[in-house]
Amino acid sequence: MVAGEEKGLVLLDFWVSPFAQRCRIALAEKGLACESVEQELLGDKGELLLRSNPVHKKVPVLLHAGRAVCESLVILEYIEDAFPEAMPRLLPADPYARAHARFWADYVDKTVYGIGTRLWKLKGEGRAAARAEMLETLRTLEAELGGKAFFAGEAFGFVDVALIPLTSWFYSYEEHGGFSVQEEFPRLAEWARRCGERESVAKILTKPEDVLDFIGLLKKCYGIVE
Amino acid sequence: MSDAVELIGTFTCPIVHRVEVALRLKGIPYEFIEEDLGNKSELLLKHNPIHKKVPVLLHGDRRPALCESFVILEYLDEAFPQGLALMPTDPLDRAMARFWARFIDEKCWGPAWVALWAAEGEGKEAAAREAKANLALLEGQLGGKRFFGGDRVGFLDLVASGFAHWLGVYEEMGGTRLLAEDGHPALWRWAREYAADATVRQCLPDREALLAAMATSKDRFVSAATAMARK
Repeated sequence: MVAGEEKGLVLLDFWVSPFAQRCRIALAEKGLACESVEQELLGDKGELLLRSNPVHKKVPVLLHAGRAVCESLVILEYIEDAFPEAMPRLLPADPYARAHARFWADYVDKTVYGIGTRLWKLKGEGRAAARAEMLETLRTLEAELGGKAFFAGEAFGFVDVALIPLTSWFYSYEEHGGFSVQEEFPRLAEWARRCGERESVAKILTKPEDVLDFIGLLKKCYGIVE
Repeated sequence: MSDAVELIGTFTCPIVHRVEVALRLKGIPYEFIEEDLGNKSELLLKHNPIHKKVPVLLHGDRRPALCESFVILEYLDEAFPQGLALMPTDPLDRAMARFWARFIDEKCWGPAWVALWAAEGEGKEAAAREAKANLALLEGQLGGKRFFGGDRVGFLDLVASGFAHWLGVYEEMGGTRLLAEDGHPALWRWAREYAADATVRQCLPDREALLAAMATSKDRFVSAATAMARK
């Protein structure tokens, strides 16, 4: 294992955050040890978080030798840049392939979580619209994956890391949207199982039932009655 | 494999400008294919089926085409390493550039668009306050430097370029002022420096031409801003 301890990596974390999990998976895949520090997000945010991410006040934040990197995809790229010998590389070497990985990770970022939030938060027309957008998104991802083992082909990489933690939320989206990922998007379902065989993913992903419980807690906080 | 570069875009779009300046800074010859965003072409819809937006970059026979400005800018840097470097070399500086680029689009242009075009009472005033506050945060990143990139124009300058030229035109069209010398003195000075750069000047469209070309776009901007305000 590459001596991550000496690198002084700390991740400001939150147990159910799929964005923090992206970073933890990347670090685990590369054997870079990192101290995960759980943050209080539903109550008062801690000093360290507010100081490290004054702009967004969100997790994840990667602290490396005292410097803070915010935004999960920015963190993933930082890990690639700062630790070039840490294998496996999550982005391919070829610029064109890298561009496509970035495009699809960005697509995941612009869609799944935001649409999913509307799906459980809203009712009636709002929920119906979110459901349609979610199905369209999953359809697009299913098509992009195609018959490949992973999004970039043979190797687990950037897009897989970006999307896999969100699969813990699929169960909740299915419950609220009345659809089945397994039935409608079998390749995506198979891909999720394949990723789940990796030690990093198996250890780090939240159980789908726990995500649903967490959403229940958020609904109480927002005063949403189902 | 052919290496000709084609950029699908429109001179009215500051996001397209980011890529055009990058191509010029790096000395990459290209063909500009002008798109009418009010009546999107088959070519655009074919090459950007997901977002249906400009800019779109076609590099030789490489398909699918490249979409999303940040993706294209990083691609140009990596595919044409012999030209001027757009991104910084230090990993932390690169992370900061990527962070502030996203901030520009989500936290500056996002509320700015609502402030500029939404009807009164549709969150317009709150959006204006948010946009101004976020422009001040962005301004802080200049830290006394001539450009975000240091002594010369770089990635973050290209991403911020819309504020240097297009914002003034939108402000005139919409009647809302967001960026002024007294409110954001460093950003104001940067805007002038940016617009005066020799390479940038080659592809900065004339203000009057922009106003004329966008006269019919206002309805589209208003609908988009109203939808954003309601989300």
